[in-house]
Parts: sequence; structure tokens; C-alpha cells
Amino acid sequence: MSQTDLEIVVDDPTAPEENSPSVTISGTVEIIVCLLLLVLAAILGYDNWRTGASWDSTGPEPGYFPFYLSVILAGGSLYGLIVALVARRGAAETFVTRAQARRVTKVFVPTLLFCLVTQFLGLYVASFLLIAGFMRLVGKIALWKSLLTAFLFTAIMFVTFDIAFDVIMPKGPLEAAFGY
Amino acid sequence: MEAFGLLLHGFAVLLTWKTLALMMIGLVLGIFVGVLPGLGGPNGVAILLPLTFTMDPTSAIVMLSCIYWGALFGGAITSILFNIPGEAWSVATTFDGYPMAQQGRAAEALTAAFTSSFIGSLVAVLLITFLAPMISSFALKFGPPEFFAVYLLTFCSFVGLGREAKHKTVISMSLGLLLAGVGMDTVSGQLRMTFGSSELLRGINFLVAVIGLFGISEILLTMEERLALRGHAASISLRVVLSVWKDLPKYWVTLLRSSFIGCWLGITPGGAIAASFMGYNLAKRFAKDPESFGKGRIEGVFAPETAAHASGTSALLPMLALGIPGSGTAAILLGGLMVWGLNPGPLLFVEHKDFVWGLIASMYLGNVVGLVLVLTTVPIFASILRVPFAAVAPMIVVSCAIGAYAIQNAMFDIWLMLGFGVVGYVFKKIGIALAPFTLALVLGNRAEDAFRLSMIGSGGDLKVFWSNGLVGSITTLAIVLLFWPAIDALLGRVRWTQRTRATSC
Repeated sequence: MSQTDLEIVVDDPTAPEENSPSVTISGTVEIIVCLLLLVLAAILGYDNWRTGASWDSTGPEPGYFPFYLSVILAGGSLYGLIVALVARRGAAETFVTRAQARRVTKVFVPTLLFCLVTQFLGLYVASFLLIAGFMRLVGKIALWKSLLTAFLFTAIMFVTFDIAFDVIMPKGPLEAAFGY
Repeated sequence: MEAFGLLLHGFAVLLTWKTLALMMIGLVLGIFVGVLPGLGGPNGVAILLPLTFTMDPTSAIVMLSCIYWGALFGGAITSILFNIPGEAWSVATTFDGYPMAQQGRAAEALTAAFTSSFIGSLVAVLLITFLAPMISSFALKFGPPEFFAVYLLTFCSFVGLGREAKHKTVISMSLGLLLAGVGMDTVSGQLRMTFGSSELLRGINFLVAVIGLFGISEILLTMEERLALRGHAASISLRVVLSVWKDLPKYWVTLLRSSFIGCWLGITPGGAIAASFMGYNLAKRFAKDPESFGKGRIEGVFAPETAAHASGTSALLPMLALGIPGSGTAAILLGGLMVWGLNPGPLLFVEHKDFVWGLIASMYLGNVVGLVLVLTTVPIFASILRVPFAAVAPMIVVSCAIGAYAIQNAMFDIWLMLGFGVVGYVFKKIGIALAPFTLALVLGNRAEDAFRLSMIGSGGDLKVFWSNGLVGSITTLAIVLLFWPAIDALLGRVRWTQRTRATSC
């Protein structure tokens, strides 16, 4: 079979629709980020000042270098804040549309849950649940395919890391029941 | 020709079945990572780093650098066949590569891309072989002030020469430097910025940050934008390969020019992205018929690919010789060196000859093997894209978590990774570059140590950075680069007034 010009088409059933209304604009996000960075710079700057940001008999104190860095960070974010505030009056660029935000949530929430489950039930159980759940619920892939893929991937990871390379992952009650 | 003898020794270190097998595994994983959307060179290397923790450093670096070569090759596959650049540096390849694929010349375009990648890296590796030992022996004379000046030069050139808004680069860099300082102070042993938390005592691990910033955030971005794919399948026959290679000498000027640009931009932290665009634009400018570019011209594939690979490879030169990475991926390899207990910097060439020359030899071998591998296996890798994203995405998330946890066996790091994922997503969307952040995070402690040691030596006098010709000129160059946009504008105005005066006279 000649493959030279066979077309590969992958359709994405969950592709975002065009013209979805915008949730926030980049300018607003930029302002929030700059404000957060300013707060962070202030907290870190204060902590370094407390540790000691001046000179003593041996040279600069531990807080010296990071203190001035937090000053630079504060300066950069303040400038960014002003630029963003001034630019706000101009054209508004969409940060994320509603359809996009929905899609990002669809992958972010499972990831968050995965981290939570890892904390309590161990990484491998969490991995199985994440892959099977994501494929079935978000990807609308057949249940048996989802379960099989999740099981195979998790098993391969377990053999590769915990057995072959001696890299030990967090485990929960299930692994304990099998004696690991 | 001392370098030549040492290189042969490097090949001898390398030519064992075990290392060769690791090399093949690395290349396959790398191409895989390069083809998959949502993964790329830096995070691929970062996620797979834990696999190497139990290996000896030479096998580990051989495998990791092969992952890197593989990712460089893999990026070209998706940009030509699907018009989706797997990596930012493959964007310029799509300009002519995709039109070629549409005209049914996909095999030709792929061969051109792989071959020119190979040539670009080869030129850069030759440069490393002969230049790196010289630079490192020169750098052995460096004291703390010289090292700080070189770090300063790296940071300043990012700010001054970068394409992003200056204040955003400053924000990204100072944030990275600050976070590098969290935890125990290396000079005095005092705790800083931990706020009484025992989790923060360990500090913020660089690799955890990278996995979050690049891996998790990339998944979020891919999920947000992903549209239906439409592309071409292709297999490469020997006939096409030979016909492209036969024409190769015709394009020697383009290849040489792009290699040159790539090497230069790779050593200075400008990066492969800038190199690929510059290579493309210059090829277009010097062509007799510039308007034929963008419509499927083979030179439009040769030029950016050669430059991107030359730059990706030569980014390893400053990392090996000075301990300063020239790119994000080089920064991760540097993080790897530290995990394996090696101290990056000029002493590496003296104390760990086997390691350094093994790595350099693996660059030659990895590229040759990689070229053969991609040319023969393109159809398999292109079909990876048929695997639904809903299956790939959770697997990448799991791999990221494994990578983040394995570094310090800490659950806290998995949460940190998630946090950095969100930060990376937001930063990318509002145009704050992540490369300066990565670089600052990995170099932060070393830069601070160098600064404090020079300050202690001089008794707090900043003049130490101008105390001799060498350190003085590096520091001055750093400051010039920092204010380069302003200086450039000023010079432009002077030239302009002179010209207007000359015409009005």
C-alpha cells in the first residue's frame, strides 16, 4: 500500500465553538497578576528584612541578596501594573472565552482531584482513576477501552518505577494489601 | 589535537551494549515527546529525569541528551505533516514544510528537515568539541567576581536582547532568583523565606517547578486551544532520501549561514526560537526570488531547521564549559548534573573527563542514530497523533506527578507542581516568558554565592567587578546589554540626525 499521501484526520468532538463570549480580558488578568506579585514581593521583602538585609562583620547578611531582588520584583510589577492600567483604555484582548474556560476546567479539576487522591490512596490508584475517568467522562471513549488503558498504563508505571528503577512512589491501602 | 584523543576515549566509554541501548530508548522517548502535543523538549527531559536517578552519571546524561535530540527531531514531524509546530522553534519550519506536504512532497520535506537538523547539530558539536575545552581551561582562572560577572551577563542579555516586554522579563527573572533563595542559606546556614514551614525548608526544587511550568501548564493550554487535526501521512523511501541528499551541495550557503546563526544564538542565551526565525528570514532575503518562500520551497525547510538544531546543540557549550545553560533544556540537564553529584563548571573537564567526553561523543553518535531512526520510523510516529487527546492528557499528568514526587520523595512537591502549572498557564497567556524564570531558578544560588564571596573578598566594595580587565569588560558588557534597546535607539537617532544634516547641507 502506498502511503505517500494518505490523509490523517483527527476530529476533536469537544472542539471549542467559535464566537464564544469572553470571560475576562488579558488586561484585567495582567492587573491581578501584577497586584499578586506586588503582595508577594512585599511579604518576601519583609521576611528578608527581618532576617537581616544589611552588612555585618563577615559581609552581606543572608537576607541581603533576596531583599534587593524583592525590590526589583516589586519595581517590575509596579511598572507592569501601570502599563496594564494605561493599556486598559485601548483594545481589549480576550484572555479566555467561556468555551475555553470550560475546557480548561475539564482538565484542571480532574488534575486537582488526582493530587488529592494521591495524598490519601497513593499514586497508582489515583493514576488508574484519573485515566479511566478522564477517558470515559471527558473523552467519551468506550468504558472497556478506558479501563484497559488505565490499568495497563498504571501497571507499566508501577513495574518501571517501583520495581525496575527503584523509584518509590507514594502508596495507599490497596498496595499495602498486596504487600508493597 | 588533544581534544581528538579525548573524543576517541569518549567513544570508547560509550560503545557498550548498555549505553547504546539506553541511547535508543532515549531517542525513541524523545521523538515521542516531540510529536505529542502538550509535551516538549524541556518537560520531556524533566519528567524522565527520575528514571536516571539510579544510573551512573554517564549513562544518565547519554539517555537524557538523546531524549533531547529525539525531541528536536520529533518537532519537525508534526510541523510538516500537520502544520502544528510541536515546539516553538519548529514554527518557522511550518512556513514551507506544510505547503510541501500539501503538494504531496511530504517525504521530501521531512528528509530535508531531518538532514538539515543533523547538519546543524553536527556543526555545533564540532564547535563544542574544540571550543569547550579551551573555554573551560580559560575559565579555571575565574574567581567569584568573574563568575558573578558571567551570570550577570547571562541575565542582562535575556532582558536586553529578548523579544518580550522588558519589565515582564525582569519580573520573571527576579521571581526565579527569589524562589531559588527559599530554604536554607548556603553561606550562613540560616533559614530564609520559609515562614516556619518545614516543607519549604528543602527549598523550591527547580525540576518540580519546571515540570509544573512546562508540563501541567502545557496540558491546560493544549486543552484550551486544541482543534481538529488534519494532516498527511508519509513514509520516506530511500529514493527520495537520496535525491534530496544529491541536491544538498546546492544549498551549502544556506546551510552554513543557518549553522552559524544557530551556534551564535545558542551560545548567547537567545535560544533556538530566535535562531530558526532568523535563519529563515535571512535565507529569504538572500534568495533570488523571495516571493517563492512560503509556497513550499525546500530551502525554507533547510534554513530554520539547521539553525534551530545548531542553536539547541550549542546551548550545551556554555553549560559544559562554564556551568551556565544556554537554553531551558540545557538548564534542566544542568539540574540533572547536580542531582548526580557533579558540580557543573570548568572543573568538570578536569575532574570528570569520562563524563564530559562521553557526553560529547554521545552527541555525535546520537545524531547519526537519530537521523537513521527518524527516517525509517516516521509513519509510526505520525500515527501517534491518532491517539485521542483524552487518553494522552491524563497519562502526561500522571507522568508529571511521578517525576515531581521522585525528586525528593515529597507529596508537597506534587502540590507545588500543580501550583506552578497554574502559574505557567497564566504567565504564558499574558506574555511573561518562562525561560528567564527557569534559568534564574537554576542559577540563583550559584549567582548569589559568587556575589557574596566576591563581596566578602573585597570588603563590600562594588569596584571588585571592575578590578581587572577581564571582569571589568564582562561586567561592562553586561550593563551595555541590559540597556541595549535604549542604546540602540540613541545610536539610531544620532545616525538619523547626521544623515538629515548631511542631506540638508
